[in-house]
Amino acid sequence: MKDSLLEVKDLEVTFFNRNGKVRAVRGINFDVKKGEILGIVGESGSGKTVTNLSIMGLLKGTGKVTKGQIIYKGENLLNKSEKEMLKIRGNDIAMIFQDPMTSLNPVFTVGNQITDVIMRHQKLSRKEAKKKTIEMLKMVGIPSAEERYNNYPHEFSGGMRQRAIIAMALSCKPDLLIADEPTTALDVTIQAQILELLKELKEKLNTSIILITHDLGVVANICSRVVVMYGGMIMEEGSVEDIFYTPLHPYTKGLLQSLPKTGGKMKERLIPIKGNPPNLANEIKGCPFADRCPYTMDICREKQPKYYYDGENHRGMCWLLDKSINGKGENHEE
Amino acid sequence: MKSKLIEVKDLKKYYPAKKSSIIGKTQYLKAVDGVSFYINEGETFGLVGESGCGKSTVGKSIIRLFDITDGEILYRGKDISKLNGRQLKSYRRKMQVIFQDPYSSLNPTLTVEEIISEPLDVYNIGDKGQRRERVIELLEKVGLNKDHLGRYPHEFSGGQRQRIGIARALSIKPEFILCDEPISALDVSIQAQVVNMLEDLQEELGLTYLFIAHDLSMVRYISHRIGVMYLGKLVEKGPSDEIYNHPAHPYTQALLSSVLEPDPKMAAKTIKALEGDVPSPLNPPKGCRFVTRCKYAMKKCYEIEPKLKEISPDHSVACHLY
Ligand SMILES: Nc1ncnc2c1ncn2[C@@H]1O[C@H](COP(=O)(O)OP(=O)(O)OP(=O)(O)O)[C@@H](O)[C@H]1O
Ligand SMILES: Nc1ncnc2c1ncn2[C@@H]1O[C@H](COP(=O)(O)OP(=O)(O)OP(=O)(O)O)[C@@H](O)[C@H]1O
Ligand code: SF4
Ligand SMILES: [Mg+2]
Ligand SMILES: [Mg+2]
Repeated sequence: MKDSLLEVKDLEVTFFNRNGKVRAVRGINFDVKKGEILGIVGESGSGKTVTNLSIMGLLKGTGKVTKGQIIYKGENLLNKSEKEMLKIRGNDIAMIFQDPMTSLNPVFTVGNQITDVIMRHQKLSRKEAKKKTIEMLKMVGIPSAEERYNNYPHEFSGGMRQRAIIAMALSCKPDLLIADEPTTALDVTIQAQILELLKELKEKLNTSIILITHDLGVVANICSRVVVMYGGMIMEEGSVEDIFYTPLHPYTKGLLQSLPKTGGKMKERLIPIKGNPPNLANEIKGCPFADRCPYTMDICREKQPKYYYDGENHRGMCWLLDKSINGKGENHEE
Repeated sequence: MKSKLIEVKDLKKYYPAKKSSIIGKTQYLKAVDGVSFYINEGETFGLVGESGCGKSTVGKSIIRLFDITDGEILYRGKDISKLNGRQLKSYRRKMQVIFQDPYSSLNPTLTVEEIISEPLDVYNIGDKGQRRERVIELLEKVGLNKDHLGRYPHEFSGGQRQRIGIARALSIKPEFILCDEPISALDVSIQAQVVNMLEDLQEELGLTYLFIAHDLSMVRYISHRIGVMYLGKLVEKGPSDEIYNHPAHPYTQALLSSVLEPDPKMAAKTIKALEGDVPSPLNPPKGCRFVTRCKYAMKKCYEIEPKLKEISPDHSVACHLY
């Protein structure tokens, strides 16, 4: 893949806990092209955050990459020393974390924390870095940035904290930005600002962005390609049109169906996907979605399906896509 | 006639901010500045608005997490805003909360079982066996199971932690639940499960919710009535269909038009963002608080603060256009 900035190859991540192993990521492959916004959607607990923490070299505690490669600009990040990764994290790859409090230290003011980051990575004096910080805070829509500079994290609302973190991540102009639910805490008018900002980064600086979100409206509006995860695996990958108009996988279809219908006057009951996600501490023999899938066949519980392609770039992992399987499309829930 | 479970009258919550070096006296951040609304028993009131506009502060004031600056909070007609610790105890049991941030709201040193049964322990409900049974029942209600009993919060994903918080809030069968962005961290298939679950519980137990969110499609879906907040004030309130079909305030209209459709064909070239500066709550504009971003702003909008005015039954708006 010639214009890939990042390639994740056969990645497996396992947590080795006292009470057993949790196989959070179970062999996934995807790439991120230069200057594209790749969306990652999927079940809560499906391994989206863990995958991206692995890319950043920030897996903590008992979590280990047990297999695979993470190739960034031709080099495997998994072979880098902690010192080298520190440098990459500051200048090349930045991540906006799902949990705003992990990136902000409660005992320092928001402004000082961003200034410190800028000073660490760019050769600027404290005064210049402070000026830059205020510019960044304004850019992400923090009102009275000069005064707010001296606030502590708890004096910010949830959404303002998130914007401060986005300012921090963008201050170093990374080549790859990983944004884990960056707009989840924001209302739609501010979300619109942040998404415009991300689009601008992509267009003006050719920044590549991995956007993890469960908001399919956001995906439809700013992503070019989408990866759909479930149970530590990729169920489907395709262009945004593939995913929304001709989804291959029953899980993807279920997600699209769960959305509340807009416009209609009468209130219809929502249609969730029934059942619970798999416990990743257990072995999964067949398809991870088999317990909740409306089409499950015997083979689904026995053997893990492989990827079937609809065109070159649209793939799905589901036995229904195998032409030789009978009993196709029978929905046993209706 | 439906009865009001909760009524908030002219609620104010000010936080002392840094001393202004120019004027030399303490400035106040008016997080909530004169908000009034009511919630009927067994119904859901949705509160939407910009990040930082004071939604969580309204919610936390109602459940009395702190003392308010001014105003009244009526619970079944009785003002609880000035009650102290001991007098509040019986109300605390009736009011539970599901928080916005599933990370900081769960005690990391407790197991899932301990977290969910904590309220049962506090109020001495059931014996040990019954408590465990109840915890398992609740776990299953929120899409987890008994394998999770002995695990700690850090072993769960964001969405899973939020479900633990929901199970905990339900444990002592409250009358009122403050749902502060309870589904923002969940994926859509689980959002739908949780929303259906909250609705079923409402029907079954007659629960009353204050539902704070910024996902407008879900707020509309779950709420009977809605209030729209901007910079510490309610700018519009009314029945939810009415707000959606006839939004009156320019801010409400902007909120509705910034909703992103889950359809790539309808993806806008530029995502419509509101123009203008978001004013600081430390120094709100003098007239209408929305004036810096409003495309209809007239002269008097800069000078006179608009009052809430009823424009159709139970639907009011604070805007000089009306
Ligand atoms: N420290 C840990 N010990 C054991 N299991 C863990 C640990 N951290 C994460 N996990 C498990 O790894 C899986 C993947 O978690 P991850 O946070 O990547 O999910 P996610 O897809 O980001 O979900 P969400 O949308 O809820 O944020 C989850 O099932 C979680 O329970
Ligand atoms: N303890 C505090 N001290 C000082 N200011 C505070 C405190 N808590 C909140 N604020 C301020 O009060 C205002 C309202 O905050 P609140 O958390 O109620 O907003 P919100 O509408 O819930 O926002 P979000 O959608 O981002 O959660 C914000 O400007 C915030 O910075
Ligand atoms: S492989 Fe079987 S269980 Fe899995 S999604 Fe396809 S039909 Fe459903
Ligand atoms: Mg996550
Ligand atoms: Mg809030």
